[in-house]
Amino acid sequence: MSWAGPEDIYLSTSLASYLDKKLLVLLRDGRKLLGILRSFDQFANAVLEGACERVIVGDLYCDIPLGLYVIRGENVVLIGELELEKEELPPHMTRVSETEIKRAQKVEREASDLKGTMRKRMEFLDMD
Amino acid sequence: MLFFSYFKDLVGKEVTVELKNDLAIRGTLHSVDQYLNIKLENTRVVDQEKFPHMLSVRNCFIRGSVVRYVQLPPEGVDIELLHDATRREARGG
Repeated sequence: MSWAGPEDIYLSTSLASYLDKKLLVLLRDGRKLLGILRSFDQFANAVLEGACERVIVGDLYCDIPLGLYVIRGENVVLIGELELEKEELPPHMTRVSETEIKRAQKVEREASDLKGTMRKRMEFLDMD
Repeated sequence: MLFFSYFKDLVGKEVTVELKNDLAIRGTLHSVDQYLNIKLENTRVVDQEKFPHMLSVRNCFIRGSVVRYVQLPPEGVDIELLHDATRREARGG
């Protein structure tokens, strides 16, 4: 296999131009990972160094450190280059601790579960 | 390879890529490959409110397998040409 020359890299669809940069990786289950891309292949399998998961609940967010991650390509939705000089998130969002974001996540999950059971109970009414 | 060649001709044009998770991204088509993976530049998310984490992403790589639609510029579609190419492909030429 031949390697793309340096001039081809920036014109190709490979992830080579993203190597050693800080990236946002969106996964199929909706998770958002941040980290530095160290390796990849044609399936978009990727190695992220210093990876962390960004959990967002409403206007709250938290970056949970994970370490070195190998991501299986089939789970990748999108890989985005982060502009470092720009604000990463809208200014109205506040950073909270891991315990607080976990609590907020739990509340959100319970609310959506409740909505689901309510809908199930109301099904006999045949709305829509 | 028909759609690969087709998308290659669209490089440099402004497209909107809608993903299977309902995220829609508009940007300039930078490149495509054989899997129809797509690279976009100067991207902006159509529904910014719903996807705040995408705010500072300007360039991105999208895995071909998660794409639902690619919305093209109207002048990007030459039906006549596509039609001919399809027949040629079907004949095995």
